[in-house]
Amino acid sequence: MRAKTKQHMFWLAIVVGAASSFTASLVWAQAATPADPVAQYRAMFGDDNPADLWVMRGQDLWQKPRGPKNVALAKTCDLGMGVGKIKGAYAHMPRYFADTGKVQDLETRLLTCMVRDQGLDRKAILKNRFGDGDRKSDLEALSAYVVDASKGIPISLPMTHPEEKRAYAMGKAIFYYRAGTHDFSCATCHGQSGKRIRLQDLPDLANANPEAQKTYTTWPAYRVSQGEVRTMEWRLGSCFRQMRFPKLKYGSEVAIDLTMFLAKNAEGGEMAAPGLKR
Amino acid sequence: MRTLTRLVILLSALPLAAAAAAQTHKNDRNAEAFAALKASFAAHGQAGMDRLDQDKTQALCSTYAPHAPPAKLASPLQTANRDSVKYPADGKYLGDWKRGQAIAEEGKGKQYSDDPSKPSGGNCYACHQLDKQQIAYGTIGPSLYHYGKNRGRSEAMLKLTWSMVYDMKGYSLCSAMPRFGSKGILTEQQLKDVMALLFDPDSPVNK
Repeated sequence: MRAKTKQHMFWLAIVVGAASSFTASLVWAQAATPADPVAQYRAMFGDDNPADLWVMRGQDLWQKPRGPKNVALAKTCDLGMGVGKIKGAYAHMPRYFADTGKVQDLETRLLTCMVRDQGLDRKAILKNRFGDGDRKSDLEALSAYVVDASKGIPISLPMTHPEEKRAYAMGKAIFYYRAGTHDFSCATCHGQSGKRIRLQDLPDLANANPEAQKTYTTWPAYRVSQGEVRTMEWRLGSCFRQMRFPKLKYGSEVAIDLTMFLAKNAEGGEMAAPGLKR
Repeated sequence: MRTLTRLVILLSALPLAAAAAAQTHKNDRNAEAFAALKASFAAHGQAGMDRLDQDKTQALCSTYAPHAPPAKLASPLQTANRDSVKYPADGKYLGDWKRGQAIAEEGKGKQYSDDPSKPSGGNCYACHQLDKQQIAYGTIGPSLYHYGKNRGRSEAMLKLTWSMVYDMKGYSLCSAMPRFGSKGILTEQQLKDVMALLFDPDSPVNK
């Protein structure tokens, strides 16, 4: 973790600690119950999130000239805030990009920049889209770096272009689409509040609400069970697998439209990613 | 005067037209979602692209979600689901509760990452409380603790419960519960074992 951030965290801890000294022990007792293993992981890691390693590698990948064209993303890539600007970029995505004529999420936009601007091989990048041990994913590292630069910034989508509105409406229809052997849709688990699957609390992602904010703003995240930073593309693919659907294609229309719907429901929530998940 | 009559007729027809338009719009949404899904997924393992095709029940529930579809559209489908229930050929509803317990615990089955040669689990604990000893249960469905103890084991009760596990959509069309029998998730023997978990006096569900 960068020194400045660490310093911020220190002062934040003091302020929060002073404000909640009476409730702190209560909160801790809650967090330490076996019903919330994620809280235990968080306590174990303290202020440190292994995702910081991905952020650092992502910074390197962003700043160094790479690819056959030997250019840096920092000099060519526009994530919607202007060329090379990453502060707040993730908090305002997905969004429409005039140069591609498409609504893009962070991952597909990074892919556009890497292939078009740096001349890197699309297939090779996608082959490593999900890291596994020593085989690291550049997309996951870059995502972690860009997302980190939105920390504390509230989600706010442009939602002005007709394509952005279309993506949101489509995302909503996809959210409620039931199919497969088990008749599942996203809404089966995430259509209401106060339910859990096994011991896992299920956030209501169907409506704009604090649960939807908390969930969306903590992705991408370091997954303890995977030992990797995972992005929203991975999260959605994993959900569809559990829904008994076929395999979600990376960067597909469904992935982007659904992300648009989830992001819209999280508007106003301050970005707190990369998060830390079980 | 004629203009006024026309206007009155036109105005009285408006809500009807609006309702019809809203319905078409909803259907279009669902159809558009299907087109997007077809373009965004790839067959993998045991999960073919046909998994994205909706049957009538799935389509109607999706179209009206998060609201319930109108009763006049829902009830014929509900009847069709109820008619799809096949009762055990030998008339015996109860298998082995211990095997039923293992089926209720098992979450694998039918995912593209699962081995299709292995039987699917029922994953009952994902949504229901059953055995008091198992604290890792979900709350999407109601608690089934003391299910048999509270209801007895009459033929009618066994038959009713069998049909609910087999196809819950026969009772509540847009229920979250999978149709374990109708959709071929569990075999007849597995359904009997799950039934035993619910009804056997020795089952921890009834302790």
